[in-house]
Amino acid sequence: MTQVIKENGEVVPVTVLEAGPCYVTQIRTEDRDGYRAVQLGFEEIKAHRLTKGELGHLKKVRVPELRHLRELHTRKDEAFELGQKILVDVFSPGERVDVEGRSKGRGFAGVVKRYGFAGGPHTHGQSDRERAPGSIGACATPGRVWKGKQMPGRMGGHRVTSQNIEVVVVDPERNLLAVRGSVPGPNGGLVVIKEARKQKVAKGGK
Amino acid sequence: MNLVQSLERQMLKPETKVPEIHPGDIVRVFVRIVEGQRERVQPFQGTIIRIRGGSVNETFTVRRIASHGIGVERTFLLHSPRVERVEIVRRSKVRRAKLHYLRDLRGKAARLKELRK
Repeated sequence: MTQVIKENGEVVPVTVLEAGPCYVTQIRTEDRDGYRAVQLGFEEIKAHRLTKGELGHLKKVRVPELRHLRELHTRKDEAFELGQKILVDVFSPGERVDVEGRSKGRGFAGVVKRYGFAGGPHTHGQSDRERAPGSIGACATPGRVWKGKQMPGRMGGHRVTSQNIEVVVVDPERNLLAVRGSVPGPNGGLVVIKEARKQKVAKGGK
Repeated sequence: MNLVQSLERQMLKPETKVPEIHPGDIVRVFVRIVEGQRERVQPFQGTIIRIRGGSVNETFTVRRIASHGIGVERTFLLHSPRVERVEIVRRSKVRRAKLHYLRDLRGKAARLKELRK
């Protein structure tokens, strides 16, 4: 993360994303596949890093060798061509987007980190209770632990979407996008940038 | 240079406009203040007691003794357009990067020796 200083001196915390160029590698249609979507590819890599199957798939639409492929749903009024190049300029500053990524893995996490439990008291004669979950249920009624009770376990590594993030900077020259605040996932992680679902704007892409 | 740095670079002030400041300098900072529609420039004079961060996030803190001996500190973003210019009044000889110890000193003890070259 970094920050952007606006002309009036306002400082905005931002995350810089490398967005595109993406290529349309496949188009899903209602007739053939039962739903509408485009498959976008991102990040050029050397050919020998891909399998023959992947190479053939990309060669068919005459695009460079790409590392990542993701499908995105499209609306009826949107038209894409195979091999079409999608650049950052589909976004404009001030626009709202949703950013989807895979959250950082936190391993087997306790209940304080995982669900924000308060833990136990630190003093007054307590021992070994600092991050304990406390009671997990009642007595003979119901005589069991409720399903869905929050317990320690694997945390992170999930698909997370940050909704309605403001686009602050669009730099078509270097394919950079800066969005306000944070974004799911580690530095260098792959994220999908979509138009914000919970507001009305017309535009799509990755 | 990574992508984040390349984006940050665009927002920095041109090198000629970045004041050369050091901890211990007594400076007058001209701050642009927006009051409703009007805009004016207000000076703030004091000692630089701290410079931290780098690139777009570089800030410096100026401490001055206001009326009744009350210390006032203000932190400025070096590259902010709100910092119109920085005038160096005097340079002092200091032996550390952060002069937080000045907060505990008052009067004559809080003086700094002028730097002579």
